[in-house]
Amino acid sequence: MTTSTSTICPTGTSEMHLSPQPVGKLSIRNATKIYDPDGVNVLALDNCSMEVEAGEFCVIVGPSGCGKTTLLNAIAGFHDITSGDIFLDDELLCSGTKQAEPGADRIVVFQHGALFPWYTVLENVTFGPLVQGKMSASAAKKEAEEILAQMGLKGISHSYPSEISSGMRRRVEIARAMMNNPKVLLMDEPYRAMDALTKTIMHKNLLDVYDQSRKTIFFITHDLEEAIFLGTRVYVMTTRPGTIKKVIDVDLPRPRDYKILSSDRYLELKQEVIESVHEEAKKAFEAGEREMA
Amino acid sequence: MTQKKPVYFMGINLRKLRKSIFSKTTYRGIVAVIATVILWELCARFEVPIIGMIPAPSSVFSSLVEQLQDPAYWECWVVSYDRVLSGFIIAQIIGIPLGLIMGLSRHLRDLSFPTLEILRPIPPLAWVPTAVIFWPTPEMSMIFVTFLGAFFTMVLNILGGVKNIDVRYIRSAQSLGSSGFDIFRRIVLPATLPSLFTGMTVGMGITWAVVVAAEMIASRSGLGFLTWKSYVAGDYPVIVIGMISIGIAGYLSSAVIRLLGDRLTPWRKII
Ligand SMILES: Nc1ncnc2c1ncn2[C@@H]1O[C@H](COP(=O)(O)OP(=O)(O)O)[C@@H](O)[C@H]1O
Ligand SMILES: [Mg+2]
Repeated sequence: MTTSTSTICPTGTSEMHLSPQPVGKLSIRNATKIYDPDGVNVLALDNCSMEVEAGEFCVIVGPSGCGKTTLLNAIAGFHDITSGDIFLDDELLCSGTKQAEPGADRIVVFQHGALFPWYTVLENVTFGPLVQGKMSASAAKKEAEEILAQMGLKGISHSYPSEISSGMRRRVEIARAMMNNPKVLLMDEPYRAMDALTKTIMHKNLLDVYDQSRKTIFFITHDLEEAIFLGTRVYVMTTRPGTIKKVIDVDLPRPRDYKILSSDRYLELKQEVIESVHEEAKKAFEAGEREMA
Repeated sequence: MTQKKPVYFMGINLRKLRKSIFSKTTYRGIVAVIATVILWELCARFEVPIIGMIPAPSSVFSSLVEQLQDPAYWECWVVSYDRVLSGFIIAQIIGIPLGLIMGLSRHLRDLSFPTLEILRPIPPLAWVPTAVIFWPTPEMSMIFVTFLGAFFTMVLNILGGVKNIDVRYIRSAQSLGSSGFDIFRRIVLPATLPSLFTGMTVGMGITWAVVVAAEMIASRSGLGFLTWKSYVAGDYPVIVIGMISIGIAGYLSSAVIRLLGDRLTPWRKII
């Protein structure tokens, strides 16, 4: 299970994964999204703006229903935004008039996981390069085996997702994403509904991946401790319509381990985030009460 | 740890197979079957009302020995299987693509679904007179009715399977760089395979029910006709042989589909 000393990039192909210049800068400018189911407008995002630096571990927190997934889906290209612009490395990704194309430069790790049940672990991990025709089957297999081994997932290549634990599945999904050398890893509450112990293993694994690849990670959660432990910056969103309320710089040194959880700085930051989110949660709750009345 | 390694033969775990063959469940099952046969024999011997009218196992058995040596009996198997398979396979050839297209295209679904829903509740056997009229040969009408038995089930199961594909898989595949065709081949098809086999299993059951009834009504051959003919001729033991033959034929067909389904959807086997 220990992966700390290994690198996440196979030696021969390291330049594929470790870009000398970090990429994956996300600029979100006045993103606004109105859902219109049956003519009832739902304003999910209202002039939401944020700048995510290349190689940043960016964590979004906010009350549930505030528009986090909506923002992530717009970046992934699963739906459009009503107005505003989103740039990836200064190139226009989407705007009010242009929906982003889903693509392997922005891989999504879903809330409930989305490994294909009909493919083995190996087939899942090699899926990206093979459908894109970027690698031969044998090269993809070799690289997949290496990445899996580095993530502490040796010996399960030929298992189906249903045969391995949920923690393993999540790691396989990250391995599948890393095979594509994405610019941004989009993660939508990936560790929700996991027990605390499994979560700690997941965190350690994700931090290893991050420390070695320095990919931009766009990570949604509503676990505030997780947010600070993982993130370089924590963006607190307001209740719906969502916009960024506060950005908190997490100036804890990397590589991080569980010792920092008891450090004064960590506790201070945690307090700051809790207060900020709590205000919004209260508003959301009261708004809910009003709607009920 | 002295865990025994599984021994495989043609993908079947032999240790597990042996365990399940020589288990208490099997033993009880055999005892129950023997008890039923004995009870049945006794009912016939003592002429118990109603149930005692069924020919006794002993007379069925002696008549079975005759039948097994009679090529006409085996001819019935061949003819019925021929009809079932023809109808069933045509239902697959037309039903699978139609179900897929309806699942994938809203327009085609809107176009074809209402018609399908109106025709579907009509039991296949209600089609027998029409089929006999508009198909040039009785054999064709028989196959047509059999086809109907499996067709609707196939279309609806596949349609449901496609519509129920979790959008996360589609999105995941898109984000991993799949083309539309990749999504069809690598996501839609495998994701629909379990419903396809459910449809086939159910469809095969309906097909046998339909073919037997159709043979009794409109044919002069097959296992259904054998049963009916024996009734008309008063050869009661053969009625029972016909019935049991139909049961075995249906069971064998379903078993093959189940085996095929397990083979082609190996990710479902384990859990
Ligand atoms: N397809 C949709 N149609 C209508 N409303 C939606 C749709 N998807 C999400 N919403 C609404 O938009 C708001 C934001 O949703 P979402 O982005 O999923 O929130 P979060 O991920 O922060 O919990 C919610 O109030 C939700 O009900
Ligand atoms: Mg969400």
